[in-house]
Amino acid sequence: MSLTALALGKKIKAKEVSVKEAVTEALEAIEKKEERVHSFITVDREGALRRAEEVQKQIDDKTLTGPLAGVPAAVKDNLCTKGLLTTCASDILCNFVPNYSAQAVLNLERAGAVVIGKTNMDEFAMGSTTETSAFGPTKNPWNLSHVPGGSSGGSCAAVAAEECSFALGSDTGGSIRQPSAFCGVVGIKPTYGTVSRYGLIAYGSSLDQIGPIAKDVADCAAVLEIISSHDEKDSTSLARKDLDFTEALKEDVKGLKIGIPRDYFGEGLDPFVREAVLQAAEVLKEKGAVVEEFDLSLVEYAIPAYYVIACAEASSNLARFDGVKYGYRAKDYEGLHQMYKKSRSEGFGPEVKRRIMLGSFVLSSGYYDAYYLKALKTKALIKKAFDAAFAKYDVILGPAAPTTAPLLGESLSDPLKMYLGDIYTVSANLAGLPGISIPCGSDEKGLPIGLQLTGDCFKEKNIIRAAYAFEQTGNYARSPLGRE
Amino acid sequence: MSKRYETVIGLEVHVELATKTKIFCSCSTAFGGAPNAHTCPVCTGMPGALPVLNRQVVEYAVAVGLATNCTITKYCRFDRKNYFYPDNPQNYQISQLYLPICRDGSLEIETTLGKKKIGIHEIHMEEDAGKLVHDEWEDCSIVDYNRSGVPLIEIVSKPDMRSAEEVIACLEKLRLMIQYLGASDCKLNEGSMRADVNLSVREFGAAEFGTRTEMKNLNSFKAIARAIENERTRQIELIEAGKEVVQETRRWDDNKELSYAMRSKEDAKDYRYFPEPDLLPIVISDEWIAEIKRRQPELRTEKMARYIREFGLPEYDADILTGHKKFADIFEAAVAVCKKPKKVSNWIMVETIRLLKENEMDPEELSFSPENLAKLIELADSGAINSTIAKEVFEEIFKNDIDPEAYVKEKGLNTVNDEEELRAAVSRVIEENPQSVTDYRNGKEKAIGFLVGQTMKAMKGKANPEIVNRMLKELL
Repeated sequence: MSLTALALGKKIKAKEVSVKEAVTEALEAIEKKEERVHSFITVDREGALRRAEEVQKQIDDKTLTGPLAGVPAAVKDNLCTKGLLTTCASDILCNFVPNYSAQAVLNLERAGAVVIGKTNMDEFAMGSTTETSAFGPTKNPWNLSHVPGGSSGGSCAAVAAEECSFALGSDTGGSIRQPSAFCGVVGIKPTYGTVSRYGLIAYGSSLDQIGPIAKDVADCAAVLEIISSHDEKDSTSLARKDLDFTEALKEDVKGLKIGIPRDYFGEGLDPFVREAVLQAAEVLKEKGAVVEEFDLSLVEYAIPAYYVIACAEASSNLARFDGVKYGYRAKDYEGLHQMYKKSRSEGFGPEVKRRIMLGSFVLSSGYYDAYYLKALKTKALIKKAFDAAFAKYDVILGPAAPTTAPLLGESLSDPLKMYLGDIYTVSANLAGLPGISIPCGSDEKGLPIGLQLTGDCFKEKNIIRAAYAFEQTGNYARSPLGRE
Repeated sequence: MSKRYETVIGLEVHVELATKTKIFCSCSTAFGGAPNAHTCPVCTGMPGALPVLNRQVVEYAVAVGLATNCTITKYCRFDRKNYFYPDNPQNYQISQLYLPICRDGSLEIETTLGKKKIGIHEIHMEEDAGKLVHDEWEDCSIVDYNRSGVPLIEIVSKPDMRSAEEVIACLEKLRLMIQYLGASDCKLNEGSMRADVNLSVREFGAAEFGTRTEMKNLNSFKAIARAIENERTRQIELIEAGKEVVQETRRWDDNKELSYAMRSKEDAKDYRYFPEPDLLPIVISDEWIAEIKRRQPELRTEKMARYIREFGLPEYDADILTGHKKFADIFEAAVAVCKKPKKVSNWIMVETIRLLKENEMDPEELSFSPENLAKLIELADSGAINSTIAKEVFEEIFKNDIDPEAYVKEKGLNTVNDEEELRAAVSRVIEENPQSVTDYRNGKEKAIGFLVGQTMKAMKGKANPEIVNRMLKELL
């Protein structure tokens, strides 16, 4: 699995590699590495091999001609996959097998990608380390005593460990970009509404977006092009005519205006991260981009606004998990009320409960105006601040996370500190903006550092272009586990 | 004592809209069906499923809003109402709180006291819940989500009604209007129209309202009237006894003619409403409203005018026929078959209404097919059956919706025109009733009526009365 997804797709098309060989290679890598990295919750060996045969036939008879046909992919376990266990890394969905697939997964399959399994994540995507998973944490392929980030930690680790060619993740407050940074891979959170949310088990509905995670920018652009669609089943899905993201894969940033928010380089930023990110800005400048610093403002309000809105929506979104219709139901209970209480108490982990309680609180009568409504107003102001910034700049450049990947067990004891780690990513969700994280160096321990580029709504091509241009200056670094 | 008290009543009316598909998915809204036959991931609250608004729901809600003189909210939105119950698969109901689709309307009603305006506070759209079925044998409950996601509008009136009569007049007016708009069939007994009654009492002249209760489970107009009287009395008795009326929700038991407290204000739930993030706000443009108006079906006044113009009906007939949508529907369908509007009108206005009264039924409960009425009219007009038999056959149509042609044939009810058979019967009647014969011959013209009656009786009502009449006169 050392090849990029596009390179592997090309070989499959040229009949240098069969789909079965590609899928088998991925399954063997999983076999070899999974015990150490634990990227997956479910590996669908038989399904993947069966699907490999079908796809091979369709490639042979030219019904499948796309660039990713036959390429093995992993899907985050909050995306419904028909007939395949979908748990959200929670005990409460420990036995849930959907009878429908998420639209993004259908789009992937239509393009001939082979889904080999479902990746680990923070329970219901709530967390920044993949440690809140009910199935145990995923490890960072660069250093197994560190976390991969989260919540799409499983997807990012699977790509970095080279257990699959690319993966899908979801990003509510940074859940694609932050683990991509920690795992040294590339991840894109597109403009809200670009990828259908149908079949994505909701965390914060107004913030959730599905996006690609891959080895490089070109792969990410290609996958995003495939999974994006206007879906009538998702009312928030957009009808866009500019989904040809791969068109932006040009090494040309001449005249591209890049703004660096001074607010992003204050207290709490790891010096290695700071150095690497500013160095990346220099590189882009050398290539012709116009780079300058500016004051974005309101940065300190993004985290509280985000947690209020996301938790409020989550408290309602997660109400359906009650033991009545599907999923986990407590064994012993008397009456309906106790069944609800026990099923939910036993089924949800502590972080999920914390956020459900927080969300229920901010929506309660008497508190709605003071918290939820205020958070919505803050969200609108943040959007305004970005509008002002994008009137001047094409791309906003900054770190994806204030530090590199923490040690396992380091974050859970202090949830507030963990929440603050989302400072650079949550604003993009609040404002619905596209963002990309690409590797831009490493710290003293050799842990990857991620550069985040944020664009205006619908301007994925700007960030893809800048990221691609930057990527051309360095070599893609493979993780130690990936190289095995 | 009760003379001193005024009853103050407001209504919350839920109406199931007549869309073919549910409000947020494409499942059928058909009533009945095997449990969970009309369900999908959306209306069963499966993880990852998302709602998509049925535009017809908005159009019906706007139509009802316009008909009740409401202001249409040009930029409206759905909100989530959060509460746990197994018939509510998501454990939240998608409803409207902050920006309901219609506001500030009114409705004119007419009672024995004259005309009166009843204010409409708001109308909002929401989804219905499923149904819990309690299995006594297995000691468990099962859920049927067929009704889950069926579109509803809730019409909330102002506390402008003062008597059961006004409440019934208001509901009847609403029902007729909504039926004409085609927005719902408004069947109280099937639950497609459900009214909750908010009631309080106060001394006449008092400026403040008394503490109100909300009455649920009212399945007919009669139940509503009984519940209002009962609750009024209950509240007055409490006040007279120096006790307080508790603000609570009560459930009416129509068999026992009693209500029970369901929950009080103290344990009222906090629904934690917030804007539904899965649905976009709805923008209702002037063009859309104009379009809805243009596509509106024929309403009552237009229909009345047409009945007079097109069918030559007297205004009196047209008024009664259009006074219930069901009458108008039967009328039009029967006329389409037999082309005899005045005859059809007579059957509805006389026999149908008589039988409804006799059986204490609501016109909504009529279940016979207009085709059978049309056939009956043809049979009577052709002389195949006489008018007495026709009434008998109609009763059968009314009750069992029989095919009159087959029924008449099967029961041998065809009019007897056979002269010989009739002459024998008439002769026998003359022989058996010498007194009447004498009376007639002595100039008592009326006596012949009795003799005709006797002959008809002897012929089991099937004799052709004209022939019988002629023969009697001849033979006497």
